[in-house]
Amino acid sequence: MNPVMLAIAVAVCGGAGAVARFVLDGVIRSRTSVRYPVGTTVINISGSLLLGLVTGLALGAVISSDVRLILGTGLLGGYTTFSTASFETVRLVQGRRYGAALLNGVGMLVVAVAAAAGGFALATLMGCS
Amino acid sequence: MLVSSPQQLPLDSDVEVDDSTAAGRFEVAVHLRPSSLGLVALGGAVGTAARYLLSAAYPAIDGLPVTTFGINLMGAFLLGVLLESLSRRGSDAGRRRALRLLLGTGVMGGFTTYSALSVDTVTLLGAGRILEGILYALGTVVLGALASIGGIALSSWLHTRRRRMPAS
Repeated sequence: MNPVMLAIAVAVCGGAGAVARFVLDGVIRSRTSVRYPVGTTVINISGSLLLGLVTGLALGAVISSDVRLILGTGLLGGYTTFSTASFETVRLVQGRRYGAALLNGVGMLVVAVAAAAGGFALATLMGCS
Repeated sequence: MLVSSPQQLPLDSDVEVDDSTAAGRFEVAVHLRPSSLGLVALGGAVGTAARYLLSAAYPAIDGLPVTTFGINLMGAFLLGVLLESLSRRGSDAGRRRALRLLLGTGVMGGFTTYSALSVDTVTLLGAGRILEGILYALGTVVLGALASIGGIALSSWLHTRRRRMPAS
């Protein structure tokens, strides 16, 4: 794919990922009553799992590097977010909810890294990489 | 340092404070309104494009994703500036809500990424670079929180200073 088309595809998929995040977060929020950012947590962990899978599939040459960029850097990069997670952690600290802040900061990180490793493992199970 | 009032803004930057049914009429939830979706999509595309171009121009150095690291810290700082500034200007409605969806949920949400943070950490750990992996992951989260605090503090300082200056 020519570089300009690739960049456009990455950007458009990033916009789609952001919309998916916005909608899923809103749906989760409307169905839960906990004062904890469950939506962003679910999004970042599921996105990490999927990016592990996409990266593993690319390493195994099952998908091309263009597809990896469009789905990984574009769609999943736009879907997951660090800035909101970080802001929400600070909000929890401001509310003196230190345990919840630690869970949202370090807990989410540990589970997301494990999920990404799971995504790689899934790609291997599928006979790639 | 943290001088904003938490009750002004919801915990999550993407929630609506006043999805008002005050007038008694039914309103479509903000995350389902076409105008909201359009703002988030546009912002998300711009933020993602910026991250993609920066990552392509400045690739990882010796396997260390320095660009993603910088992008996430910068985005955390800017989101802090934005959300604090908007909350100090009034309730989350109208133009302020549109700006939050376009620039916050969209641009900053698309610019920063959590999945790349996780996957790059796994790659470092998988290559036996345990210390670097842990430092990269924890460093991003800890410095990111400090960047958010810095953004909030800068915005609130600017706001206070502006209010103290005589109108001219």
